[in-house]
Amino acid sequence: MATPLVAPLVIERARIVDPARRLDAVGTVVVMDGRIAAAGPDALNQGRPEGATVINGSRLTVIPGLVDARVFIGEPGGEHRETIASASRAAASGGVTSILTMPDTNPVIDDVAIAEFVMRTARDTALVNVFPAAALTKGLAGREMTEIGLLAEAGVKAFTEGRKTLADPALMRRIMTYARDFGAIVMHETQDAALAGNGVMNEGLYASWLGLPGIPGEAELIPLERDLRLAALTGCRYHAAKISLGESAAVVRAAKRRGLAVTAGVSVNHLSLNENDVGQYRTYFRLSPPLRREDDRLAMVEALADGTLDIIVSSHDPQDTDDKRRPFAEAEAGAIGLETLLPAALRLHHSGAVPLMRVIEAMTSAPADLLGLDRGTLKPGAPADLVLVDLDRPFVFTEDRIRSRSKNSAFENARFEGQVLRTLVSGRTVYEAAD
Amino acid sequence: MIAPAQSSPSRRHLLGIASLSPQDITALLDLAEAEVAVSRQTEKKKSVLKGRTQINLFFEASTRTQASFELAGKRLGADVMNMSVASSSVKKGETLIDTAMTLNAMQPDILVVRHHSAGAVALLAQKVACSVVNAGDGAHEHPTQALLDALTIRRHKGRIARLIVAICGDVLHSRVARSNILLLNALGAEVRVVAPSTLLPSGIAEMGVKVFRRMDEGLKDADVVMMLRLQRERMEGAFVPSVREYFRYFGLDAAKLAYAKPDALVMHPGPMNRGVEIASEIADGPNSVIEEQVEMGVAVRMAVIETLIGTSPEGQT
Repeated sequence: MATPLVAPLVIERARIVDPARRLDAVGTVVVMDGRIAAAGPDALNQGRPEGATVINGSRLTVIPGLVDARVFIGEPGGEHRETIASASRAAASGGVTSILTMPDTNPVIDDVAIAEFVMRTARDTALVNVFPAAALTKGLAGREMTEIGLLAEAGVKAFTEGRKTLADPALMRRIMTYARDFGAIVMHETQDAALAGNGVMNEGLYASWLGLPGIPGEAELIPLERDLRLAALTGCRYHAAKISLGESAAVVRAAKRRGLAVTAGVSVNHLSLNENDVGQYRTYFRLSPPLRREDDRLAMVEALADGTLDIIVSSHDPQDTDDKRRPFAEAEAGAIGLETLLPAALRLHHSGAVPLMRVIEAMTSAPADLLGLDRGTLKPGAPADLVLVDLDRPFVFTEDRIRSRSKNSAFENARFEGQVLRTLVSGRTVYEAAD
Repeated sequence: MIAPAQSSPSRRHLLGIASLSPQDITALLDLAEAEVAVSRQTEKKKSVLKGRTQINLFFEASTRTQASFELAGKRLGADVMNMSVASSSVKKGETLIDTAMTLNAMQPDILVVRHHSAGAVALLAQKVACSVVNAGDGAHEHPTQALLDALTIRRHKGRIARLIVAICGDVLHSRVARSNILLLNALGAEVRVVAPSTLLPSGIAEMGVKVFRRMDEGLKDADVVMMLRLQRERMEGAFVPSVREYFRYFGLDAAKLAYAKPDALVMHPGPMNRGVEIASEIADGPNSVIEEQVEMGVAVRMAVIETLIGTSPEGQT
């Protein structure tokens, strides 16, 4: 039909990990016309396409581009923190090819016009695929539900209150009931605002010594358990957006055993870090939910391995340096993460805690399936969103590498193994490591 | 004893008791002992800090502590300036860091800082070139209070080790309690806390103390009874139901004090709520050393300031 936008690309002798097909084998990836033409041991059966760029992938790995289902961006309204374009550059360099953006913008993404603004801006300025999530309630005010049907029709992939938790159980029930009729996913981060109070880190001995008000685990568990009961009542597709406790994993596991259509996500921060990383009031480790005890982190890792946790997200949340260089309790919560999602998650593979296939699945095919995207896989015909990565190459994540407009990384100066060498979105190279 | 590790235990600042060794504490108390004598002379002024500049930066109002630090600096011969928050640009949205940089440019030798947020003083200390003394940061630490309490106890009891010290009241919100728990444990006392559980921090039993919820049990055979101030906003329903009920169960009166040793010291960091955490007759009674605590406060702060900046500038880096 159309002339190819870019020359065909062939990556030879690479290890190919494609969780959607349970494929982990050395072979060849052929990209043509923006799509995967073939990916596997037998991909060269028809020979190399004419004029193809050939990359020697030996000792390297090709995985589907990552799908990050929890990304906070500042556009519209907080462009000094992050724009869609700057987030997309950060994503591309981190091997993230699709992002679900949160509605906590100004104005809030709560109607079709604003959702379309985001999609239009993304189309014009972004290097990666950008899918907006819309608010559950207008203005994130927790009172009136948004136009779930119209928003879904316009291309909104999920509904969430962003950083907020809907307090009113009757409204939550009605929204879940209504969303079910449209097959819409309700993603909810659960933290009871009253129980969390003025807390700024995990409640416990460490917070007590620091003199910081704590957030008890029950602040997450109580609304989570409420939501799971409402999911059973309404039959809504419910996704626990970001859980942080071993006990939360246990209640999600139990809900899945009962056959509920629920899924759950965890931020890579809560798989990698614990409350002790706060150290002496290090504000880049002030996160929401707060970093928990090491026991909880280990339980998160186990829940990821056994499939209780379906997806890993970055929970990328850019904040001004000025909003972070404050006393701990006065600093904004959140950390950037698009650029460290893959290498931080790969630590679980390198340590032997979680098999590589499962780690990659939780960032590719699982979130793609959750959001109904035809991405997150290397199967023939899929859009050629892929990452060429050297799984074993070490690097230090220094501040000067950060492409995000904000620099509040919880992994500053962290040592990683697993460097992204090239990222493709629909067959186009959107990132190539300098080297 | 589990306490958060200090990133760099430095002699240049006094940010908390947590970074002091028992030897550091004893040395400060010994020096403070000598400063008591200075304050009791007619000629109260030393010249050891002649030409040095001390700035007291109080983001949270405190007449007593600020006056104590001011007097301490002046008796050592330093020039002392008080920065009050109300008249400063802090209220206009200037960040703590900006304030620190501005003050730093004025070349002070020492900053005495109080802030309502835990960790704020340490944050400020990272950004300035001079010594910093924590005069109280949120619910974290108030090291000079713990030092002056220890000096008061030592002068009466001759030691800290093996004494039974009961800290009573709002431990949850108290930086005084945290610094005292650290210091008293470092010097080998048996530390108890006595409070309703709503006023105890999570994990208190692992903080090196014995926990009591009844005054009769907690005060039994105590050598020292330290009362903590209960903030007014916490008295009426949020943490305890009423002043009346709080005083009934946790206010220090003669009946409760009778459980302690006859010569037990009664202490309070001030300002007191008479009839809330302590009965007037006890505050003014024979066991009370509350006024003496105030006197020791000046001596301890002189010792701290002199230790931090009293040596030659070359020796401080």
